[in-house]
Amino acid sequence: MAQGLSKNYRQLDLAEAIAKRWHWQVNVSFDTALSQCYVECDRRQLLELCRWLIYDMDYSFGSLIVEENGMEWLLRYVFYGESNSDQVHLGLSLDKAETSVPSISPIIHAADWQEREAWDLFGLRFTGHPRLIDIVRHEEWPLEFYPLRKDFDASQPAFHPPVERPFQPYHVVQAPGAFLMPIGPVFSDAAESALFLLESVGEDVVRVWPRFFYKFRGVEKIAEGQAVDRVLLLAERFAGTSAFAHSLAFCQAVEAVCRVELPSRAQALRIVFAELERFRHHVAAIAGICNSTALAVATSQAGILEEEALRLSGTLTGHRYLFGLNRLGGVTLDLNDRQCQDLSTGVQAIFQKLARLYDLLRYSSSFLDRLEEVGMVTRAQARNYGLVGPIARASGLARDLRQVLPYALYGEISFEVPKEEEGDGYARLRVLFREAEQSARILQKLLSFLPPGEIAARHVTLTPGAALGWAEAPRGATFHWVRIDEQGRIRRYRLTTPSFTNWHGFHFAAEDFAYQDFPIIMASFGLSNAECDR
Amino acid sequence: MWEWVWEGLRTGIVTTSYPAREETASGVSPGFPTGLPGTFAEALEAGAAASCCPTGALVPEGQQVVFREPRCVHCYRCLRQTETPLAWQWQGNYEWAATPGPRTELTEKFGKSFRRSLHLRVLDAGACGACLSEIEQLNKPYYNMHRLGFFITPTPRDADVLLVAGPMTEHMRQPLLAAYEAMPAPKAVLALGACAIFGGVFGTSFASLGGVANLIPVDLLVPGCPPPPLAILHALLALVGRVEPAVCEPAASSPGGERGD
Repeated sequence: MAQGLSKNYRQLDLAEAIAKRWHWQVNVSFDTALSQCYVECDRRQLLELCRWLIYDMDYSFGSLIVEENGMEWLLRYVFYGESNSDQVHLGLSLDKAETSVPSISPIIHAADWQEREAWDLFGLRFTGHPRLIDIVRHEEWPLEFYPLRKDFDASQPAFHPPVERPFQPYHVVQAPGAFLMPIGPVFSDAAESALFLLESVGEDVVRVWPRFFYKFRGVEKIAEGQAVDRVLLLAERFAGTSAFAHSLAFCQAVEAVCRVELPSRAQALRIVFAELERFRHHVAAIAGICNSTALAVATSQAGILEEEALRLSGTLTGHRYLFGLNRLGGVTLDLNDRQCQDLSTGVQAIFQKLARLYDLLRYSSSFLDRLEEVGMVTRAQARNYGLVGPIARASGLARDLRQVLPYALYGEISFEVPKEEEGDGYARLRVLFREAEQSARILQKLLSFLPPGEIAARHVTLTPGAALGWAEAPRGATFHWVRIDEQGRIRRYRLTTPSFTNWHGFHFAAEDFAYQDFPIIMASFGLSNAECDR
Repeated sequence: MWEWVWEGLRTGIVTTSYPAREETASGVSPGFPTGLPGTFAEALEAGAAASCCPTGALVPEGQQVVFREPRCVHCYRCLRQTETPLAWQWQGNYEWAATPGPRTELTEKFGKSFRRSLHLRVLDAGACGACLSEIEQLNKPYYNMHRLGFFITPTPRDADVLLVAGPMTEHMRQPLLAAYEAMPAPKAVLALGACAIFGGVFGTSFASLGGVANLIPVDLLVPGCPPPPLAILHALLALVGRVEPAVCEPAASSPGGERGD
């Protein structure tokens, strides 16, 4: 009770502090149920508020959500802070005819790509943005063509005029012997499509220009007008290697709109599946790193563990990648005591082998040579670019949504968020390993006594409204904004994914390293283009 | 370094004995519903039983419900979210490859010349990552496709088969055509997974063409979302004529055209 009271005071403090500081010119409201502070501001106060949140309050920038609502644009900037601090949403509404918006990128570099995305898809011109150029739409699209606007029909293949000028990479480095090497979009063995332009003078890569969105499926747009159940499939399957985490974030957003109370068994099972996914993802990521360094036995060993984790998931949930487990108000599958036991021992067995593999790797100097002090991302860079997930945690930023914005039952279980300081490839490997260890521990603890009860809420009545859902996906923080209309259909679905956030900072890691380090740096980032491109 | 050698030897051989023997380990496949076509007392009931399927894999035909493998995305709604759940089979259920029409002389010929060595180029046309991950498993000890003479090559110029995953995004149209044209003849195209077959959950939209058959001719379909490694192995064996693939109805594989809601 005392804790609840002090929390309420703290929330009011934040709201009052904002209102006072801006002389009651901004409209501050507080949603205690969702722990969200909503600040309605205008373009003059926006930049000041952003600066105050980022530099004085040490908040992180989460997402930029653009919505078209009748005759106006609604822009929502999402911020989150350390544990026990509330989310702050800044709201800015603009007349529809107005398409110029002040850019926050000069203050918050993490917003750079998100603003470019909004420019590409909505045609909003962010004034003061350092480099407002195309990111999502490639040269195949006509100019003045904004697919996320409401008047655009997404159901039909769009008209694409013949490409007059094929994509020309920017060649920036001018020096004797400078050349530009394109890698992609179809490259390597089974790599995801993306284009990396490496500029170099000799051995070292001096500049990296990544080009993404080859896999752009327009998930945010094709979700519009569809039933919630149907969009759940999209949320789950746009990034198959982190399917459960994304479907979880989507379900939580819808459940927040409809104010659904979940039985505690449903919440516990969600943690079980989410941690199983994280565990499997991290094993696969470690296998990827071994593969990139061409250490054949280690690659095989890690590959064996990955397949064992996939088979374990398949045996207990039916699907190797945990598809089809989330539903509105809970999960679709219960685990009996025997299955809980099997899952717990299965994960422990895989973890034991992983620990053995890790010990062998730790003492293989040829392997460490390829990782140590390679692909550096400093703490300041990670902070400026708002990096998330294991990559940020390897650079000394331990903000994990499971801790700072606890969802499901995460607030009630104790676990450690591993952190390393070096910011190199080896630090990222260590973070992956230690997180896999934590996931195995969480699973062991939770599976020994799952709370009894139902696995899903009895009734879920769809109500119109909008809410933010979030989850700490295996690759980092993801935010899903969902607006449901009067007919119970999706009106707006906005996805901010960890791969999108982290690819933005990738060039730091890849620049000033030798060519042969490039695949290793890519593997140590372990990002998914499907998750980035949506 | 000796530790690695020892570690490798200590682990022994884990590779599946498929295709010589059926793989019986659990968790190797996401499974498919069984017992279909199922017969109901009334056409209305059949319609109700099929209505839980979001991608049109269950189709009511009179009093029957027919199952179209290529359209199933393993959402398990017919198993877990209906009052009369369908039965579902995981064990030994992975031989899914099907030709989109009757087998032609060309595909027969293709099979003979590549029986012992086949080079694949994987092409990601907007795949979610699960298909690609399953392809990667083929190169790892549990499946080890090299033993069967299948190799992944990094360049389409060396490739005999193009493995396409994903709903064929607009942005991958040019790269895919370039890769396809760079391949020497004879060449074959495999549509891998529900997305490449008919667009999957993404369907046809402004950003994706809803299936690779809308762009280049497809020789073999590998149903599944994602198709498990054994299903991909089965498809490759079918392509070189070492096993016989099923023939699916053109309607089941017809790409695009609907958004499914």
